[in-house]
Formats: sequence, C-alpha cells, structure tokens
Amino acid sequence: MHLRTEAGKGLALSAPASLYVGLLVAAPLGILVAYSFWTQTYVEVDRTLTWANYLEAATDPLVRHLMLRSIAIAGAVTAATVALAYPIAYFIAFRTRKKTLWLLLITIPFWSSYLLRVFSWKLILGFNGVMNSALLSLGLIDEPLTFLLYNEFAVVLTLAHAWAPFAILPIYVSLQKIDRALLEAATDLGCSKLERFCRVTLPLSVPGIIAGSLIIFIPTVGDYVTPSLVGGSQGKMVANLIQVQFGPANNWPLGATLSLAAMAAVGCVALLFVILATALGRRIR
Amino acid sequence: MSKPVRFPWLLAYAVAYLAFLYLPVLLLPLFSFNDGTIVAFPMKGFTLKWYAQLGAQDTLLQAMANSLIVGAVTALVATSLGLFAARAYVRYRFKGRELSEGLVMLPLVIPGIIVASSMLVLFISLGLKPSLTTVILGHVFVALPFAVSIMKSAFDDFDQSLEEAAFDLGESVIGTFRRVTLPIVAPGIVASLLVTFTVSFDEFVLAFFLSGNQPTLPVYIWSQIRFPAKLPNTLALGSLLLLASVLLLLTAEYFRRRSTKSAATSA
Repeated sequence: MHLRTEAGKGLALSAPASLYVGLLVAAPLGILVAYSFWTQTYVEVDRTLTWANYLEAATDPLVRHLMLRSIAIAGAVTAATVALAYPIAYFIAFRTRKKTLWLLLITIPFWSSYLLRVFSWKLILGFNGVMNSALLSLGLIDEPLTFLLYNEFAVVLTLAHAWAPFAILPIYVSLQKIDRALLEAATDLGCSKLERFCRVTLPLSVPGIIAGSLIIFIPTVGDYVTPSLVGGSQGKMVANLIQVQFGPANNWPLGATLSLAAMAAVGCVALLFVILATALGRRIR
Repeated sequence: MSKPVRFPWLLAYAVAYLAFLYLPVLLLPLFSFNDGTIVAFPMKGFTLKWYAQLGAQDTLLQAMANSLIVGAVTALVATSLGLFAARAYVRYRFKGRELSEGLVMLPLVIPGIIVASSMLVLFISLGLKPSLTTVILGHVFVALPFAVSIMKSAFDDFDQSLEEAAFDLGESVIGTFRRVTLPIVAPGIVASLLVTFTVSFDEFVLAFFLSGNQPTLPVYIWSQIRFPAKLPNTLALGSLLLLASVLLLLTAEYFRRRSTKSAATSA
C-alpha cells in the first residue's frame, strides 16, 4: 500500500485505533469461546472439549431465570427511560431557545461518579433512608415503606436515572433535524396539534428513539453495579452471576459460557428490535 | 385580543425531570456536612470533620494516585489514537473506512461485564497479571469512542485550503501538521483529554476485574460503601469528586466550543 495515495493515508492513520479495538474484541472472544468448552475443578483447568457448560447454562433454572429477568429489566429500563426522556427532548427541540444550557444541565449529573449515583439511590430508597424519613417527618406515612428498595423497581428507577442523557440526546438530535416547514404544512392542511404530532413529528423521530433504545438496552442487560447495590435478591441480574463465576466460585469456563450466552441474547433482542422498529417506521410513513 | 395564558406543562415537566436528575447527585454534598452517620431527615448539625479525615487515609490516597496515573495514561493514549483515526475518517475516503469507524465505536455497546470478563481471561492467558497496566489497556478500549467522536467534530469544519497553502509555501507534511493543523484542533485535543480522563477516572467494572491488588478510586469506594461507619467519609469523598468532575467537564466544554468557533472563523 502506497502512503502517498488517499486510501493508504487513511488506512495508515486509522489502523492503530481500529487494530487496537479489533484485537481487544477478537482475541478475548476467541479465548472466551475456548474456555466455554473447557471445565475447571477449583484451580485446575481441564482442556478436554465438552458441551457441559452449555448444557448447564441451558438447563439450570437459575441461569434461565436470571437471563430472562435481565432482558425484562433492560426492556423496562429502556421503555421507561425513553418515555420519560421524550417530552424533555421535545421541550428542548421545540419549546426553548436556551438549548445549549438545557443540554448542559442534563449532561452534568451524568458525569458524576456512576457508582456513587447508584449508591445515592440506595440511601434515598432505604428503610431508614431519605425518602422514608422525609415522608415520616411530613406525616404522610406512619411507618417506613418497604417496597422502595431491593427489588426490580429500584433497579429500573436507578437505571432510568443513570441512562437519561443517552435517551434524551439522540431523540433531541432527530427532533432538531425535522424540517419546520413540514410542521407548518401539516397545520395548513388541517391537522390538529395531536394529529400533527402523531403523523409527522413522532414518525420522523423514530431513528432517535431506536438509537437511544439500543444504546440503553445493550449495556443494561450486562449491568453489574445497580443490581448488586439496589437490587437485593429479587433484582439480581446475569452480570452478578457472571461475576460470581469469575470471582468466588472460580469457575471460569462456566463464566465464559454465560458471558457468551448473554452476548448472544443481547444481540438477538437488539436485532429483533431493529427489525421491528424499522418495519414500524416504514408503516407509519 | 390577547391569547389566554396557558400553563406551560412541558416546562413544568422539564423542571421536575431536572430535579429528578439532580436529586441523587446533590444528596451526597448535602449529607457530607451532616454531623451524624445516618443519611436521613432531620439532619444533625453542620460539620467539616468528614472532609478533614480524608487526608489521613493512606489507602484512599494510594487509590487516588492509581486513578490519576491510569486516567492520565488512558487520556494520552486514547486521544492520540483518536486524533489520527478521526483525521483519517474526516479527511480521507478509503476502503474499509466505515468498517473501521464502526469497530472503533463498538466498545460503547458491549456490556461492561462482558468486556471485563473477556479481558481478564485474555490477559491471564497471555501471562499478564492484573495490575494498573491491564486496567489502562481496558480503559483505552472504552475511552476510544469518546476520543474519536470528539476529534471528529474538531476536524469536521477544518478548512482544507489552510493546509494546502502551507504546502504551497514549502512546509513539510510534519511541519504543516505541527504549525497549522495542530494549533487549530488543539482545543478539541484538550476536550478529548479531559473527557477520556473522566471516563477512565469513573470506570468501575473493568477496574474491578483487572486491577488486582492496585485498586483505582472507584474500586476503593466500592470496598468502602459496604461499611455504614465509613459512610460519611464516602459522602465527603464523593462530593469532592463531583466538584472535580463538574469543573473538568465545564473546562472541556469551554475548549470544545472554542474548537468549533476557531474552525468556524478559520473557514
């Protein structure tokens, strides 16, 4: 490849970054796949190839339960975050002139420590926590509410908080791109405000909704911090199980299998989602 | 005829949403001044003692030093890789450009636990013991998409003819880069350094898996938040970190804006 040509220069400049990411994606994946066919008896890794881990992952009710719960929680988080974020994105795109200020205000909390933000929710929702003590001292409740912390609700709320900017920003961008003349045309042609929103604004913002949903759904399935801090036994997710295999249980082959299974599940759901969303987008149009 | 004044529902919603976003973030500083170990209302008296105690904790200071080292190296490496890659994506049309761009953005959408577990397995297989080095390798991976996207926007409005003029006036390729390109994209570089540093400084799961017996700050905090007695100290530490990251990001934002502005005026 000659470095004088445009293609050569482009490849040479971008190669270090893409090689770095490529190697760190491909190499661990390969080793993970290898491990998933091995077994481990406490310290010794047995390299005889076997389907045992896959069999265990497929048949163990705990694995299935946690996997389904992770996907369900991630789905709920995605839906809640997008639903809560849409009006904000709409407000910033259409109803305020101080767009940059609002965008900055929304991103600032996101840059504080993720760990401490999640921990903070634990302090807010806990039995003797901020929420209960505030409600008690206001006389609104007589005894502390126990349904706030250590369940799926706490996990969904915490993650809907943590991922807010990732839904707001892409939806805002797609709303911002909408040609305002289209909205005027819709009004001129006799659309009510609601019709105009349903038939023009919403369909044109579908790309932003898809982007936001994917960028929230995929990492959420594998979130570790939130389920361990605010999830309790009802809110544990597949990442917690994977960590146990690589940590206390010291069963790397099973951990590798679970990682691969989680990745496959995420991939399938994400693909399904994209297909559905594009089909829906086409129908609306 | 004046229009009837309508209640601005959307504005009200937006303000309520902001309150929701800031609630857990502002809780830490609020209770870090509380003269008691329980985070609940009503608060006890005002105190600064939790802050005063921080400086005396050696493991905390060591973890802080680890995080600063990891963050600085990560920022430098990720920003250099991002600088060249972004330059290629914006400036040159070449085969595999989209593939390469997609690849570089990939770390954004792989769940952290999978990145962490697979890198642990890789590094152990290569004979690399968990240490700050393995954390840095992991952090560069997750920080790279941020560096590339910031550098891409810095190069986006860059006026090509400035470089051509430099060539015509007899500058070499390196000289042009140093004397024309670099000064114009410098604010973007600073913004990228600050953002990638912050990403690394806050990253937990990878560091949890890869840091071995050299904990970074988030790993240290993780070990502390199980103990109720350590709570006020953790709140004080968290408040300082919050303050630092807000300052850092406002600085980054300032430089990012300057970079768009200088690109706009040079065009």
